[in-house]
Amino acid sequence: MAKPERKIVLDKCPTGIRGFDEISNGGLPKGRPTLICGGAGCGKTVLAMEFLLRGAIQYKEPGVFVSFEETPKDLSENFASLGYDLDDMTARKLIAIDHIYIERSEIEETGEYDLEGLFIRLAHAIDSIKAKRIVLDTIESLFSGLSNEGILRAELRRLFHWLKDRGITAVITGESGRNGLTRYGLEEYVADCVISLDFRIREQISTRRLRIIKYRGSSHGADEYPFLVEKTGISILPVTSLGLDHTVSNERISSGIPRLDNMLAGKGFYRGSTILVSGTAGTGKTSFAAKFVEVACKRGERCLYLAFEESADQIIRNMHSIGTDLAPWVKKGNLKFHASRPSLYGLEMHLVTIHNLISDFKPRIVIVDPVSNLTAVGTSVEVKSVLTRLFDYLKANHITAFLTDLVHFGGSLERTNEEISSLIDTWVLLRDIELNGERNRGLYILKSRGMAHSNQIREVLLSDRGIELVDVYLGPGGVLTGSARAAQEAKEEAEARDHLGEVNRRMREQDRKRQVLEARIAALRTEFEAESEELRTMTAEERKRRDSVSADQTEMARLRKADRSTDSRKEGKKRAKK
Amino acid sequence: MKNTPTGKEKPVKSAPVEEVWILKLYVAGQTPKSIAAFANLKKICDEHLCGKYRIEIIDLLKNPMLAKGDQILAIPTVVRQLPPPVKKLIGDLANTQRVLIGLDIKPAAKVVK
Repeated sequence: MAKPERKIVLDKCPTGIRGFDEISNGGLPKGRPTLICGGAGCGKTVLAMEFLLRGAIQYKEPGVFVSFEETPKDLSENFASLGYDLDDMTARKLIAIDHIYIERSEIEETGEYDLEGLFIRLAHAIDSIKAKRIVLDTIESLFSGLSNEGILRAELRRLFHWLKDRGITAVITGESGRNGLTRYGLEEYVADCVISLDFRIREQISTRRLRIIKYRGSSHGADEYPFLVEKTGISILPVTSLGLDHTVSNERISSGIPRLDNMLAGKGFYRGSTILVSGTAGTGKTSFAAKFVEVACKRGERCLYLAFEESADQIIRNMHSIGTDLAPWVKKGNLKFHASRPSLYGLEMHLVTIHNLISDFKPRIVIVDPVSNLTAVGTSVEVKSVLTRLFDYLKANHITAFLTDLVHFGGSLERTNEEISSLIDTWVLLRDIELNGERNRGLYILKSRGMAHSNQIREVLLSDRGIELVDVYLGPGGVLTGSARAAQEAKEEAEARDHLGEVNRRMREQDRKRQVLEARIAALRTEFEAESEELRTMTAEERKRRDSVSADQTEMARLRKADRSTDSRKEGKKRAKK
Repeated sequence: MKNTPTGKEKPVKSAPVEEVWILKLYVAGQTPKSIAAFANLKKICDEHLCGKYRIEIIDLLKNPMLAKGDQILAIPTVVRQLPPPVKKLIGDLANTQRVLIGLDIKPAAKVVK
């Protein structure tokens, strides 16, 4: 009926409810009624009330809440738990609450009537605070209070016209019925915007969902969006599936373990990538996460640690064993733990909670420890869907995700239960290597997109000095780890030592030989010199003797007066010279 | 509208009997239904309450805040203020039988008369 008066661009009335304005492209249709339908306890009243309260506080649009069920006292008590002081807001004329009580047993219908009284009350309430918004919380109560449906329907039609004429944005709630959206067919009158709330329980876990069934003159998200009624009100997760058009970072961040960084082309992970550390129980997944957190906190970044297995205190205590103290970072505000059991609520709710935590805390790194526990509350298809959305959201915000995944014994190590391997950028696999009656931890990088990563297996040693990666022994006996590796290393070391000893011994021997040789050379030289000396002495004596002989002969010759004395003297001289 | 019925026909016959009926008729302007309701109410009261009654007419167009107190939605509405308990009748009171049941007026009143 309102078609001819529709403007080209529909005015929207922002709700201020987290996520709602995004999926509805700006809010509810301004000046028109909107129907919120759903079963009991699915959050109709909260949604409607929050629309009103946020409108009054954030958008300076006072609102009237017409309650057909709860008394103003009940309402203010209920909303006090969401942090709103209804009495104060009423006093400040931001809102007005009118409780309309109707009880069939107290009313006798005696003929023709109309609901002008209701109109007068609404008009009075609206005028008293100059309201722009109104909520009629289950106007269907009229149907149970009054029996003449013909009159009621005519009056309802008139009511919605009347509200439209006044340009008031109205929210009407309605209980969902068996044949149709509402029990009494309210959707017949409220044709502009219909929102359906749903409260589903599967495997004892409930999930609230919201869907915009129709929205005349506006585009809107058509999916079912999970929502959460939290301490601060309703929050709807607008994330369904983000595109793959996010920008990426070339920045590299350390894993907190220098040798692991070395294995990742020397620089560590990419900022904003999704990192998975998977492994069987007790392979040190949480320790890797803690190291990663610690180094990020040291860089001054914020980390959000989503623990699905251990409490925050327990993680902090346990990480002391590898020399990591996370407590100061928690105190400093760099690290925030959010520990909850996965079975606390449904998967979608986890996603909403995580989404809210992230948008509040604005971390640069998010740890999910372990992601595999989420499968406890959903099928692998659901988990994959939720995780895909989560990772997309994280990636779009350049948040590095660090996940751990518990691989169960008997299953293949190189797949995750959640079928998320294709979503992972860097996958570090921790595995037990069983050998010689002991278990040791081996690490290798299954994949790491966009970097030349090591293909080697490393052994992981957890000690109070932290996490160390050591080379495994690769030899004819295969891969050796743990004490077998240690034994092998000791053996090799001993062999090497032996060899070195032998070399040294030979060298010493050679040295000794050289010394002996030198000694002998010295001795021979001494002997030779001694002989030479002797020879010289002998020569000198010989000469003396010759000289004396010659002198004797000369003397004798002189005495004998021989002729040849000169010749024989000359010959004797020649011989001596020789 | 108030002036016509009130001025002319508001019979406050405060009888010595303690049982005085106080009936409030809520209307919104002078509509045919309101006028019919007043006429019907007056007739029934005259017949069965023999003057021990008082009818107050409240026009919500003039005093809209009064609608809240008696939880008025439908127009016209008759509220039996006295004797207790409070009873409510809606409609133009054309169905006399229902009015008698609704107001809890015993036909015995006739006998008393």
